[in-house]
Amino acid sequence: MDLPRRSFLKRSVALLGAGGLGSASAVRAEAQEPLETPPWTKSPGTGMSEYGGPSKHEGHVKRAGIGSRPGTTGSGASRTPLEALDGMITPSGLHFERHHSGVPDIDPARHRLLIHGMVRRPLLFTVEALLRYPRVSRIHFLECSGNSAVMYGATPPTQTAGQAHGLVSCSEWTGVPLRLLLEEAGADPGAAWLLAEGADSAAMSRSVPMAKAMDDALLALFQNGERLRPENGYPVRLFLPGYEGNMSVKWLRRIKVTATPTMTKDETSRYTDLQADGKALMFTYPMEVKSVITRPSPGVGLAGAGLYEISGLAWSGNGAVARVEVSTDGGGTWRAAALTTPVLPRAITPFRVAWKWDGRPTVLKSRATDDTGAIQPERERFIADHGANAIFHYHAIQAWAVQANGEVKHVYA
Amino acid sequence: MSTRDLACVALSLVIAGCAGTAAVVKTGVETPNLGQAVTAAEIAGWDISIAPDGAGLPAGRGTSAQGATVYEAKCQSCHGAKGAGQPNDRLVGGQGTLASKAPVRTVGSYWPYATTVFDYVRRAMPYAQSQSLTNDEVYALTAYLLHLNGIIADTDEMNAQTLPKVKMPNRDNFIVVYPAKPGAR
Repeated sequence: MDLPRRSFLKRSVALLGAGGLGSASAVRAEAQEPLETPPWTKSPGTGMSEYGGPSKHEGHVKRAGIGSRPGTTGSGASRTPLEALDGMITPSGLHFERHHSGVPDIDPARHRLLIHGMVRRPLLFTVEALLRYPRVSRIHFLECSGNSAVMYGATPPTQTAGQAHGLVSCSEWTGVPLRLLLEEAGADPGAAWLLAEGADSAAMSRSVPMAKAMDDALLALFQNGERLRPENGYPVRLFLPGYEGNMSVKWLRRIKVTATPTMTKDETSRYTDLQADGKALMFTYPMEVKSVITRPSPGVGLAGAGLYEISGLAWSGNGAVARVEVSTDGGGTWRAAALTTPVLPRAITPFRVAWKWDGRPTVLKSRATDDTGAIQPERERFIADHGANAIFHYHAIQAWAVQANGEVKHVYA
Repeated sequence: MSTRDLACVALSLVIAGCAGTAAVVKTGVETPNLGQAVTAAEIAGWDISIAPDGAGLPAGRGTSAQGATVYEAKCQSCHGAKGAGQPNDRLVGGQGTLASKAPVRTVGSYWPYATTVFDYVRRAMPYAQSQSLTNDEVYALTAYLLHLNGIIADTDEMNAQTLPKVKMPNRDNFIVVYPAKPGAR
């Protein structure tokens, strides 16, 4: 089914109103014709395939909000269509993208990782060599620092959940703990930082605290069981659980151990958070506790009064999601949602709660709390604390207005 | 890695120390030591990062007047005449706007370190030809941008000694929140 027709049908269903689906069921119960046997049940299907893809009927599920400025096609972002998916893991082909100078076409046989600076012996690694090191697997979200930036705007956007909040995805990442290589190189115990640099045309670079590098930093080689996709850093990327996405430098080519931060462009002029008073916060690494309802949400409306499951995603860069509460009356009352297990630290945690909609307009909200006790603020509180100029690290409560016709819209409430 | 080596890796997770040629590291995980020794001359090809104290700055020099010529040829089509912006980032002006409803972040109004200008231009600009500029051209462009923003005089030469001494106007308006302090964010 092509996209326009599907959207039209979705709208029609959403506009059916109270009793629409109920009467359809009643008609079916009275039908006298036997159920039809469809053609795909009466002849063999197609054969095996070497690499599978989604159903042709799901071809409309694509990365959203792709944009870049003139002359810089590779610099920009694409977003995960959160409202079309369900579960902890994001399909690799729908993982969000943020590139600063496009996706490099790297020959793994020619790629090298250099570790140097304040080390006893500088070392150069081939990808083949990295593949021989002991590996660990971790399930973690990755969120762009600029996710949900549109919510700083003075008026609510007209966007889907994915367009507004889809710079977050979650994968199983498998690779080599960075500390193993730093120990082989003999990093100076007095070195508190390192610089991570990519092999892309931006030579994207960020300073990383040595404490993080020695704690849980990963040289990721695999994503969701297969080698990294090019747009996620093939053949090797840095992965820093919970930290703002751009620090997990893709196409990693160099680690320089240093005493102090290098103060690169992307940790000074960009990815610093300008506050209302004109001062800017620097090195705001962990992505804060956050949640968003994906069903219902804009474009995923309700087909009349009745019983629904409200579902969505929650995550925190500071730990595990401890609690998600959902309000169906604009924040007047809150109910605990069920968390989908396993609930893992710094991973997406889907949540669900049943809701009987009476067909009247209302406002839905979700509010996550992590195991450090941090709780998502209301938008008004968040803007009062940080101003509207920060661009990055937006994590306030999302409010969805459900209208009488079942359509859902952004609202600041 | 042989079966014996693999067993050694597994064992060393529990008991630090295991017979063999590879080093046993602090984590207790024995690793295969497959990094190749690399010389300072080789490292120099990739070691392009510049620290705020100027460490890493190469030999070379340039002035604003020289930078204007390079800018017009290689930068202006994306960043506009004299860094005014459009179609891409504005590079000049905006001082005094950061606390307003429409802050303008530029090299002059926002960037805290002059060394970052050199580092970024050399590694990533021009957008379609990264790392194509000579060090003299990068010094000259850096001087030009600093001069357009009223930070240095048009006769000031930028080189490895002078550039780190330039104090950017917004230098003291950043609040470093790592390591985390109680109550931060």
